Amino acid sequence: MTMAGHKHIDEVTGVETTGHVWDGDLCELNKPLPKWWLYVFYACCVWAFGYWMVYPAWPTLTGYTQGYLGYSQRAAVTAEINAAKAAQDTYRQAIANTPITEVKGKEDLMQFAMAGGAAAFGDNCSGCHGRGAQGAAGYPNLNDDDWIWGGSVEQIEYTIAHGIRNGADEARNSAMPRFGLDGILEPAVISDVANYVRSLSGSEQVDAAAAERGKATFAEQCAACHAEDGKGNQEMGAPNLSDAIWLYGGSQEAVTQSIVTGRGGAMPAWATRLDPVTVKMLAVYVHSLGGGK
Amino acid sequence: MTAMENPGRFKPEDFLVEAAPGVAKHDVEAVRQPKSKKPATDVDGVPKGSWAEKPRIYAKLAKGNFRNAKWIVMLVTLGIYYVLPWLRFDRGEGLPNQLFLIDFANQRLLFGPIEIWAQEFYYVTGLLIISALALFLVTSIAGRVWCGYACPQTVWTDLMIAVERFWQGDRNAHMRLDQGPWTFEKIWKKTATHISWLLIGLLTGGALVFYFRDAPTLAMELFTGEASSVAYAFLAIFTLSTYVLGGIAREQVCIYMCPWPRIQGAMLDHDSLWIAYRDVRGEPRAPHKKGDSWDGRGDCIDCKACVAVCPMGIDIRNGAQLECIQCALCIDACNDIMDKVGRPRGLIAYTTERNMESRSAGPRDGLRMIRPRTILYTVVIAITGALMAWAMVSRSDLDVSVLPDRNPLFVTLSDGGIRNGYTVKIVNKNQTPRRFKVELTGIDGLKTTIVGHDNSSDPIDVGPSNVKALKVFAALPRDKAKALAAESTPVTITVTEVDGAVSATRDTSFRSPGP
Repeated sequence: MTMAGHKHIDEVTGVETTGHVWDGDLCELNKPLPKWWLYVFYACCVWAFGYWMVYPAWPTLTGYTQGYLGYSQRAAVTAEINAAKAAQDTYRQAIANTPITEVKGKEDLMQFAMAGGAAAFGDNCSGCHGRGAQGAAGYPNLNDDDWIWGGSVEQIEYTIAHGIRNGADEARNSAMPRFGLDGILEPAVISDVANYVRSLSGSEQVDAAAAERGKATFAEQCAACHAEDGKGNQEMGAPNLSDAIWLYGGSQEAVTQSIVTGRGGAMPAWATRLDPVTVKMLAVYVHSLGGGK
Repeated sequence: MTAMENPGRFKPEDFLVEAAPGVAKHDVEAVRQPKSKKPATDVDGVPKGSWAEKPRIYAKLAKGNFRNAKWIVMLVTLGIYYVLPWLRFDRGEGLPNQLFLIDFANQRLLFGPIEIWAQEFYYVTGLLIISALALFLVTSIAGRVWCGYACPQTVWTDLMIAVERFWQGDRNAHMRLDQGPWTFEKIWKKTATHISWLLIGLLTGGALVFYFRDAPTLAMELFTGEASSVAYAFLAIFTLSTYVLGGIAREQVCIYMCPWPRIQGAMLDHDSLWIAYRDVRGEPRAPHKKGDSWDGRGDCIDCKACVAVCPMGIDIRNGAQLECIQCALCIDACNDIMDKVGRPRGLIAYTTERNMESRSAGPRDGLRMIRPRTILYTVVIAITGALMAWAMVSRSDLDVSVLPDRNPLFVTLSDGGIRNGYTVKIVNKNQTPRRFKVELTGIDGLKTTIVGHDNSSDPIDVGPSNVKALKVFAALPRDKAKALAAESTPVTITVTEVDGAVSATRDTSFRSPGP
């Protein structure tokens, strides 16, 4: 070790060392930085002070220093979004002015609507219907060809705009009676009807005798909405019971529960939250998922 | 202190000292040399401040074969760099007509008829690997030839120094100007130099942005103020970096910033060519007077011409040094002197460590270019090149990618049938429009539909150098789906050119609930 105040000079190079010694004899030469390097470092220090002045920099007890430029990332994002919207304006205008049934025939509009629809779907719809629109029990799969309220692009647009059973008059409204909870039908009868309903779609695990017993009750209680053959009625939002698709499941338990409680899911009126062009693009997107009529 | 570090000590009459009849002795000390070689007064080595002064180097213009070679390399490399973006190549309608274009907007690289898409960037990786290995090879054969001749830092520094000489004169005139007072002449000469440097920087940055966008269009936009801020930003960055690195920092970049001088030591061995002062022949050095015998003394007359021309500020006679970029200018300078004093050329020359050693003992050993490491580098370059060539030749101008829907895996239809969805992308790498047919096969009874097309056998138009994404649905009726043996059944998607032999098949799967 070197003594304080005594400079240790490396013999070979004649350069002063830092004074630290490792492993008994290993020293580090004290080689200065190039001048430009040092000045760049000083310039960076000065720059930092300027940066603190003009940009948000330091936290305070209640917030942070705002900086003279008034820059904020949130405002920058808003500006960027507005700029992006302005850039999309020609397409959005064109879509607004084109009847929804004709959007599909125009390749550029279709491409824009599909991209915009997919983005809006991910933001707004995927929470219930799933990222791939695959749905879940109680939330319809939008990829298939089974539509409760109609699968034409106009019908889909209406459903998206006004929603289902959300209290508004324009909404798609229908209500199935709570046959079990309200005591309209006896449990044993409900079981028979459930068997009959399941037989309509050709289910193989059906109690044939029970189904036969339930047939009359179905004609009496259910056929008004779901039709005699169980094919449903899209005007009234009555699902087709004779196909292979079940919104709440096709097991005996699930169908029984549907009859007992009446079900009835709700969907928001998206026209109150999204602009008409976005709703239109969503309808075009959902219609193109494979089941559109 | 050397004369250059302390310009006040400079006296014009110093140049009158002769090293040999008709050969002036240069008043120059290498600004970078081992401490032991520095004058005794300078050996304390203790840093005076927090920084090391940037030594001023006044490199004298050398004349000779190597200098001429460097001028030619500069002309060719800078010529390619500045002119390439302006060359045109007709690719047909709707495609850029620039011979070499890095088209970020469309994610492709265009070079003549070759078109490399973003997903094929491995071709560029291959080129980079070959370049790196070629660098290793030339380094192991001939030392720092990259540094000395072809490195952009060297080429641009050389250009900046040439411009500086044009305005301020060669070494002596330049030093006189620097030491003199700030006269009008000095001010305008300095200003002209810096403006020229900035203009070169501007041209350099300008040429760079032209590689990324149609050059004539962008040039017009740059002048009219309509170009994108990105173009201006890069123009500014490259203007300034050329000015700073080439004009001002110069050899500092090689010594302090560049990692390559440190790395290349690994490629050098006893048989690599490098530039050396043959001390066996040169020492003992001394001035030579007319009529004196050359017996019993070295050929070096200590005229320091080699030091005066060195752009790195070293004395090659001190042996191999980190700073030496092996630009060979000292060879030119020394050969010139040897001619004048009537001694053979090659006192400073390309040689190898083995030859240096063998010469001190006797005859020269000769060159050994073919060595295990040069063979290894050559073989690896050949293999990489062959792989690249094979990939390029067997490359198809049709690329198809198939992405089966994952969410949901399959869709149950109201009649109980099962439907799968696929995103099929058809990449037409040809510069003409083409038509394709898409077929999905593998399961009997599959019904294919393509979104946006009434009939799945409709031809699909794909524009020149374009990608078409298709949504393809395949549906299987209930009874056939029930008969499937597994949840996943292999199917094949075939894309065939309608009027051509080109086709591509992709294996994928059809998902179902299973048996």
